[in-house]
Amino acid sequence: MALPELHRFTLPNGLRVVLAPDRSAPVVGVSVHYDVGFRSEPEGRTGFAHLFEHLMFQGSESLEKLAHFRHVQSSGGTFNGSTHPDYTDYYEVLPSAALERALFLEADRMRAPKITEENLRNQIDVVKEEIRLNVLNRPYGGFPWILLPPVLFQTFPNAHNGYGDFTDLENATVDDCAAFFDTYYAPGNAVLTVAGDFDPEGAKALVEQHFGDVPARPVPTRPSFAEAAPKGELRAEHTDKHAPMPALAVGYRIPDPVNEVEGYLAYLVLAGVLTDGDGSRLQQRLVHRDAIVVDVGAGCGLFGPLEARDPDTFSITAIHPAEVTSEQVLAAVDEELLRLAEEGPTEQELAKVTARWVSTMHREHDRLTSRTLGLGSAELLFGRAELLYELPDKLAGITTDEVAAAAKALRSDSRAVLILKPASGGNE
Amino acid sequence: MSAPTKHRSADEIGRTELGPRPFPELGEQRAAADLDAIDTTLANGLRVLAVRRDSVPLVEVRLRIPFGDPATSSVGSTHAARAEVLANTVLTGTATRSRVDVDTELALVGGELDAVVDPERLSFSGNALVSGFETVLDVLRDVLTGATYPADEVERERARLVERIRLARSQPNVIAREALQRHLYGDHPFAKEMPEADEVEAVTRDDVLALHSSAVLPRGSAIVVVGDVAPDAAVRAVEAALGGWTGEGTAVALSPLSPVRGGDVLFVHRPGAVQSQIRLAGRGLERTDERYPALQLANLVFGGFFSSRLVENIREDKGYTYSARSHPEFTPGGATLLVDADTASEVTVAALLETRYELGRLGLVPPTESEVDTARRYAIGSLLTATSSQGGLASFLVNLAGLGLDVGWFTGHPARLAAVTVEQVAEVALEFFAPTSFTGVLVGDAELLTPQLRALGGVTLP
Repeated sequence: MALPELHRFTLPNGLRVVLAPDRSAPVVGVSVHYDVGFRSEPEGRTGFAHLFEHLMFQGSESLEKLAHFRHVQSSGGTFNGSTHPDYTDYYEVLPSAALERALFLEADRMRAPKITEENLRNQIDVVKEEIRLNVLNRPYGGFPWILLPPVLFQTFPNAHNGYGDFTDLENATVDDCAAFFDTYYAPGNAVLTVAGDFDPEGAKALVEQHFGDVPARPVPTRPSFAEAAPKGELRAEHTDKHAPMPALAVGYRIPDPVNEVEGYLAYLVLAGVLTDGDGSRLQQRLVHRDAIVVDVGAGCGLFGPLEARDPDTFSITAIHPAEVTSEQVLAAVDEELLRLAEEGPTEQELAKVTARWVSTMHREHDRLTSRTLGLGSAELLFGRAELLYELPDKLAGITTDEVAAAAKALRSDSRAVLILKPASGGNE
Repeated sequence: MSAPTKHRSADEIGRTELGPRPFPELGEQRAAADLDAIDTTLANGLRVLAVRRDSVPLVEVRLRIPFGDPATSSVGSTHAARAEVLANTVLTGTATRSRVDVDTELALVGGELDAVVDPERLSFSGNALVSGFETVLDVLRDVLTGATYPADEVERERARLVERIRLARSQPNVIAREALQRHLYGDHPFAKEMPEADEVEAVTRDDVLALHSSAVLPRGSAIVVVGDVAPDAAVRAVEAALGGWTGEGTAVALSPLSPVRGGDVLFVHRPGAVQSQIRLAGRGLERTDERYPALQLANLVFGGFFSSRLVENIREDKGYTYSARSHPEFTPGGATLLVDADTASEVTVAALLETRYELGRLGLVPPTESEVDTARRYAIGSLLTATSSQGGLASFLVNLAGLGLDVGWFTGHPARLAAVTVEQVAEVALEFFAPTSFTGVLVGDAELLTPQLRALGGVTLP
């Protein structure tokens, strides 16, 4: 695959910039990734990184409340932001005539956001509604991304609820927000990405013009969130009052995606071999042969692969009828992992996973939003935006032995098992 | 907060020496390249719409087969159940391919192919590396002309479908959607988006085979191909693969619906809910109606995007909801305007009151020039971004094809939006957004909501 053109530079204030021009459609994407996610929240402030993300849309020195949304949309664009374990991103995708506007909007809130008591109280209410919608009022809400980490991990940064609990959210103050902004939202702690229809020289000049006078501030030293893998199988149960049938999530630790990327990618291929497509191992065994689950999935990272630094999670999840026990599902999973560990996958299984990944990567690049965000997060987490374009080749280089070794390392004596039970027992 | 011992105050952060800066003007917009497209119909009646877009070496395929229930009422009809089993098993076997063969062949060309059904259509959606275009078409040919519905696959998928229906019906948005469709359209087959478990259990392999031969028909169907393929080559490839797909008659389009009439909102009790679903509906306009572009803009101003009156009121001002929106839904022979919001039980009735207030206000305090211009630029720009990927364009075009529209409608739409006047928007706002034109459902915990709903009125309580 030909590598698309990438330009990168760093402004004197420390802001890292990635430009990825592509003139195939007259649209442009702009994103800013800040090197702070919910793993950086202090105890007693769960959900704070996400709440703060909401506040960054609520006005700045140049723009009153609601103006950000109106300016993006009246330029024909769309926008959003999201909070992950290790970063928070903001983006706009617009017709290319609006490039300078998007840069202005991101620079203005990086320089001088307006954080007010009124907006904070309002957004605490909005975030609580978001949590009711996605977690509290919904079957399988937060499964497994909120429920599995506290079983697999022991330390607060890795184990706590990144959406936050209501008491912590209500206790957040304007001064907490000011401290958070000054600490983590420095230009030197961020990556700006511009992708799509623009001329690189012109875009560079606009970036310098709008971001150049955001004053440099000290960048915090990023702590290590490393912790030891479980010594034994850890188990927990969760009762879900809305779920109609039981489910389970199994979590394992995997290699550091930054320093051992090939080791990590073997698990990405393993996930494909296990659950991607009707011919995959766990679909065949659990859904079609034994018919003991309704659905099964496996993957790296609770937000997707390569979306977090170490420590990251490999998870297998399944929803199953009440008459099947979680032990039956676990036993079948363990048998299939053992088979893969002993015999390895076939060359054809790897070829299938690789071809689907090549295709998936192309499809992601074709959607400007995913391309912009993918380049930005790869630059922030790995220092290499081009990793995105190298992934298909790297995945194709993973051998059957490496996948077998990855399967072997998913040990039942070093994992977390979360069992989700319906309040009704699943026999309504 | 523990992190820094010294930091600026929020006031200090929100000020710079230079002060507020002027917002930049738009630059010059480069026009989208003209679409290189062919729209033709094969001898077997299949419409083929092929568009070249070579941004990535992929091809996207969408096939839409009208798949309506020929019966006028869903009462006593097994169509929905049979159609659902068919969609879930059509890719599980042919004379020359097993389920695993289908998956393996597609995977090796980086491909996927799925089938889903709803009350209006059976849809196949596929993609692959462009080098695998012929493989995708050949698998499609094989299942359209020779799906065998192996008995064991039918049995297993039927059992799994029952479980999946149960899972779906535990989701609040599905509960609300089913209640709304029943409230609006009664026993019309359009309202039945999901069959009952016992109906699914009764479906036999013979039922599915019979439905396939009578309803999976090329005449009336449309296939869209978007990707790194010249349109004439794409049409030739489709013809070579699907030209031999034949069948008597025309695929069945669903009978038209009566337009939605305003009335009370029906309350649906969901014990223990901590949040309620507000789902309102009123009559809309078809895409081909000359007033449609004005209604599209009126809808955006009301609740169709973030910078709308409804979102600014009940989310950004009052914090009642995370998500509120309004949007058109194109129905057989017409269109419906839908308004959705999910709100905490304590503020549900207040949110319903504010939603009705905004409906009334849209007609009585009509959109300003600035509101209309914001909506207009958003409508034009978001059409450009949503269709800038192969997949986005393919999905958009197959929906247009289902309405009998073509690429010309798509490329001509920005000019239609540009021509709408503020007066035209005001006119449709008053007619279509009047609170009396709406009805709907409200799903929530009766114990918490009943006293306030009784006070508000306009809601049928259990």
